[in-house]
Amino acid sequence: MKNGLAAFVVGYIFALGLGLSGMTQPQKVIGFLNLFGTWDPSLIFVMVGAILVHFVTYKIIRKKKSPLFSSHWHVPTKKEITPALVVGSALFGVGWGLAGYCPGPVVASLASFEEGPFLFFVSMIAGMFLFRELDKRLKLTK
Amino acid sequence: MSQDWINALVGGVIIGVSVSLMLLWNGRVTGISGIINGILSPVRGDILWRGLFVAGLFFGGLTLRLVNPDFFSMTKSANNWSTVVAGLLVGFGTIMGSGCTSGHGVCGISRMSPRSLVATVVFITAGVLAVALFNWVGVYL
Repeated sequence: MKNGLAAFVVGYIFALGLGLSGMTQPQKVIGFLNLFGTWDPSLIFVMVGAILVHFVTYKIIRKKKSPLFSSHWHVPTKKEITPALVVGSALFGVGWGLAGYCPGPVVASLASFEEGPFLFFVSMIAGMFLFRELDKRLKLTK
Repeated sequence: MSQDWINALVGGVIIGVSVSLMLLWNGRVTGISGIINGILSPVRGDILWRGLFVAGLFFGGLTLRLVNPDFFSMTKSANNWSTVVAGLLVGFGTIMGSGCTSGHGVCGISRMSPRSLVATVVFITAGVLAVALFNWVGVYL
């Protein structure tokens, strides 16, 4: 239960950061990716700010034996650069550039009760199911 | 520095703090596509925190909307079909590529994961090339 409340608080703070940074405005995201047009570089600083903080806190936190509300760490340890990683990330990038939404901002944007985020969210879930079904048959991530 | 840059930096720092709390409290990476994916194939005892995380994102969004609806400004109306295609690509691609902007771009790079570095370079490059192509073809309204 504690880990559930913790996750709620994390999600809540995360959304505030997304909103303040401009990540919930699809036109701004597309402007950031419009390197060969009228480029809006400001969103670089979202990653810079987040990584600066977490680069430091990650090292400090991982010195602990375990997290506060779980018996062990759940951090991914895979190292191999697989075709699925590269192809999947490329497809994600194309979709990101097409609509200006990635998964976090679109969930927060559902709160706008606009049609766009809702349509994107439903399609995103469908895309997730689609890959899972395909992966069951073709074992793309193995 | 313009106000946009300062907002982006402060927003980024807030995101950095939130993913740090996720690690400290639950020992987990804040990878939003992965968290949602886990809800789609529910495992006993591993579903509540995921649901509450997504609820937290939504309630954060509601708070933003109450403060200022411009946080969600969509200056141009996108085609419905392009929104659907984009959603499908993002859902499909993030699960195939094991992560999105949060899991790879923020959490993965912060712990210097080689997979996340590659993924982030690939999705930003693909996004830049896609936007250039879509501008050229005239996909955006």
